[in-house]
Amino acid sequence: MRKFTLISLVSLTLISMFYSCQTAENVQQDAYYVNGRDLYLKHCQNCHGAKGEGLGTLTPPLTDSIFMKANKEKLACIIKNGISTPVTVHGQVYEGKMPEFNLANIDVAQLVVYITNAFGHKQGMYTTQQIENDLKNCK
Amino acid sequence: MNFIMRHQSTLTCAILLAATLFASSCKEERKLPIYGLRDTKTVKNSDGTQGVDTVYQTIPAFKFLNQDSVYITNDHFKGKVYIADFFFTSCTSICPIMHRNLKMISEKFKDNPDVMFLSHTIDFKYDTPSVLKKYAEKLGVDGPKWQFVYGPRDSVYTLAEKSYLVAVNVDSTNRDGYVHQGFLVLIDKDRRIRGAYDGTNPEQVAQLEKDIPVLLAEDKK
Ligand code: HEC
Repeated sequence: MRKFTLISLVSLTLISMFYSCQTAENVQQDAYYVNGRDLYLKHCQNCHGAKGEGLGTLTPPLTDSIFMKANKEKLACIIKNGISTPVTVHGQVYEGKMPEFNLANIDVAQLVVYITNAFGHKQGMYTTQQIENDLKNCK
Repeated sequence: MNFIMRHQSTLTCAILLAATLFASSCKEERKLPIYGLRDTKTVKNSDGTQGVDTVYQTIPAFKFLNQDSVYITNDHFKGKVYIADFFFTSCTSICPIMHRNLKMISEKFKDNPDVMFLSHTIDFKYDTPSVLKKYAEKLGVDGPKWQFVYGPRDSVYTLAEKSYLVAVNVDSTNRDGYVHQGFLVLIDKDRRIRGAYDGTNPEQVAQLEKDIPVLLAEDKK
């Protein structure tokens, strides 16, 4: 009986620890998402559209989950430095030019959380630390 | 009492008349204002007397190269209603919004040959006809209905400011190198300005969409 109580106590603690970490991360992710949305409205929506739909073949959409997953570590570089090499999104080649954005790393992280969780994506949290690492590997 | 009896038919008539007038005035169609400077001129009426006519500001004659490197003039828009704006292809701020909205409007009126579009580039250095052609194709609106035109700085800038009443300028402090207002200007078939709408403002763009049929209806009369 004592053994049983101990086991259940330990597992209860573990579960609640896990759960509270989860929610703490969720709270942070929500904050990043909300701030990211404001930044998106201010800096990105004119070209990429309110629903991330893009504009003709001038600007690619942000709705390609496979692209977003495959290029997640490159998003920080794309935002910070802009991009003018061709990209393929939803099977369509885009040969445009996106300007660079001189934003703080935390802003970039918030933007990445927003664009990888809005527009039908659900890719979870991305930290400022991860952005910092990604930026070291920009080409 | 006697009075009312005697005049009953007259009274009924008057009431009926008033009601008809009232009803017809209610149905009176909305008319768009005419913008710009105006002048008056004295005219001779057919009976020999003199009268005064209002002269409205109009878009003067122009001649620009379009995206197919063909010269186009006012004749291209003869008898049509058109929407004009000023932009440049490498603009990273308001132009994408203006053209996203204008494209939406062009799609709504794509089957109406009386509605056209005219975008002037203000980047006289870079936006040559072939650049405009690429831009139109990528925006997805390349066709005779929507003309993209290129012209010398002086003619385009003067036309913008004096005739379409849109401010445009070169600005080396701006990261794009140019600044301009995002108005979509509605021109009637007599080349007069009938509306100017902020192409980045959803409500004003919606108003433009409602005003085009009003202007078209006016021309039908
Ligand atoms: C001036 C218009 C413009 C603005 C503003 C802009 N972009 Fe872009 N963006 C582009 C273009 C054009 C491309 C494609 C570039 C190419 O073809 O190399 C692109 C590509 C991208 C890509 C990779 C391709 C894709 O669609 O997934 C991402 C991610 C992206 N932009 C995110 C952003 C974010 C985040 C912002 C705001 C900080 C932003 N963009 C602001 C025009 C713009």
